[in-house]
Amino acid sequence: MLDAWQYLIAHPEKLAGWTLEHLWIIFVAIVIAVVLGVVIGVYISGRGKEHVADTILYLAEVAMTIPSMAIFGLLMLLLSSVGLKAIGFLPAVIALIIYGQLPILRNTYTALQGVDPAMIEAGRGMGMTEKQLLFKVRLPLAISVIMAGVRNAIVLIIGIAAIAAMIGAGGLGVPIFRGLRNARLDLIILGGVSVSILALLVDNFMGWVEWWVTPRGLKER
Amino acid sequence: MIKLDMVTKVYPDGTEAVKNVSFEIGQGELCVLLGPSGCGKTTTMKMINRLIPITGGTIYIDGVDTAKMDENALRRDIGYAIQQIGLFPNMTVGRNIETVPELKGWPENKRRQRGEELLKLMGMDSGEFIGKYPRELSGGQSQRVGVARALGGDPPILLMDEPFGAIDPITRVRLQDEFLKIQQTLKKTIIFVTHDIYEAIKLGDRIALMKEGELVQYDTPADLLYNPKNEFVENFVGADRALKGLQLIRVKDVVKASPPTVKSGEKTEIVRERMERAGINWLAVVNGDGNFLGGVGKADLGKGDSVGDVMSPSAETATANTVLNEVFSLMLSHGLDNLPIVDKDNRLQGVISFDTIRKALVELTQRGKTG
Ligand SMILES: Nc1ncnc2c1ncn2[C@@H]1O[C@H](COP(=O)(O)OP(=O)(O)O)[C@@H](O)[C@H]1O
Ligand SMILES: [Mg+2]
Repeated sequence: MLDAWQYLIAHPEKLAGWTLEHLWIIFVAIVIAVVLGVVIGVYISGRGKEHVADTILYLAEVAMTIPSMAIFGLLMLLLSSVGLKAIGFLPAVIALIIYGQLPILRNTYTALQGVDPAMIEAGRGMGMTEKQLLFKVRLPLAISVIMAGVRNAIVLIIGIAAIAAMIGAGGLGVPIFRGLRNARLDLIILGGVSVSILALLVDNFMGWVEWWVTPRGLKER
Repeated sequence: MIKLDMVTKVYPDGTEAVKNVSFEIGQGELCVLLGPSGCGKTTTMKMINRLIPITGGTIYIDGVDTAKMDENALRRDIGYAIQQIGLFPNMTVGRNIETVPELKGWPENKRRQRGEELLKLMGMDSGEFIGKYPRELSGGQSQRVGVARALGGDPPILLMDEPFGAIDPITRVRLQDEFLKIQQTLKKTIIFVTHDIYEAIKLGDRIALMKEGELVQYDTPADLLYNPKNEFVENFVGADRALKGLQLIRVKDVVKASPPTVKSGEKTEIVRERMERAGINWLAVVNGDGNFLGGVGKADLGKGDSVGDVMSPSAETATANTVLNEVFSLMLSHGLDNLPIVDKDNRLQGVISFDTIRKALVELTQRGKTG
């Protein structure tokens, strides 16, 4: 523990670099995951899409159960077979997008499904188009649950991103794996504790974002 | 004008919810769809704004087949108040009311003005309520805002599905009265769904009574009560249909002449003589400005010198617009033989007695039987 602290004092710029790398991967992955998850979630919550919804949610659930090592391996194979860079940033981001999908997708779908049918009928009855209904009524009513899903997804992939260092994506996994290879406990602790602290901070921040995007009439103060 | 021509609805699961229903609703009329739960009222109503696709027949609005209109344009010109109120909780009261104006692309200041105007019409302070959120409203206030929202785009037609259903009886009566008053000035063409015969009689110009998807009788409330077409109608309006007719008559229809009164300062001796001469045993007491103070019965006159000492101040009054069944029930529950009628400044307009009510009922029943 003390060694980890001493290492940090000696090389603060290294930790800062790993953290930034880590955050950058997370950021890119989560932005894409949110867009993808919300778009798909909206699509499968449409009228008469129940079967599609079941299938897609099932697939997302299955994807979650694949060990991360296996996903990274699979992606490396897949990417190299189409001639793309098989290690580093790209496979890491793709893997994180896959892991982040389920919470976002599930929450988007459930929240939109859970919108009081009376609201939808009122909107439609007043002459809203499906698009107006989505943006004026359904999404505002679902937004806080969707954000809770995004929050779950971020915390989840912050941890998984540490493993991405294994395939050369950088981030806070670097000191952990280096420590494991060289039996350097201080590095392992430094990386591990940093990931936890980062997850906690981001979780808190997202809690605030969740509150902030909730429409005023729905806030519990 | 709305015209339903052989309208039929068969749901995908085979339920025949509406069967060959035809009737017409005149401009500015309030038509009540009445019938037991599950008889097809809501289905019939929602086919008018095409929330439910029609499976047979045609619905015309001002002669145009609604199936040929753009459905969103059609709906923006038909105010819609749903059974569950359905205010958008993420929007303020103002934004809720401005929903249709916004969809229609009205400029912002015109929308705002409309919101304020409608809140005022519904008897709500616009400054206080326009910025509130639905969860801050009471049940009655929500219902009012729901009706205001339906009126938002100033539609010529209004569809209302049990709009006063989910509130306490006292508030409901108040909302019905207010609504009737508003309708007298707005003159919208209204389809009003209810399963409550009292509400139907009180509000409807015409009532369409439905049973198991079929239209059984389409008539004025008086005809439905006193000329029932068959046993179903008779049973539905109930054995006390004579009493229900009291809903159809308002105080102003039966109380014409201004009543004899006494001033509170008059001597009881003189009043006793007057009562004996006129053969009455109760008089309304007023002050110099004609404001109603209370009543004095013949039996009380001996208890003091001046009317002011012996009269009983009365809290129970009615107005020219009160319906007779409310008058009747007030009189029964407070043990009154006479109920004073006052205007909004508490000036005495008349007095109604059991005998007035009896005569009015007899007349109504006769009219029903002959017409
Ligand atoms: N979506 C639906 N699918 C199948 N049957 C329905 C549907 N909606 C209503 N019904 C049936 O149609 C009949 C009429 O319903 P409704 O118009 O709601 O009656 P009301 O408003 O008079 O209570 C009922 O038997 C009801 O069960
Ligand atoms: Mg209904």
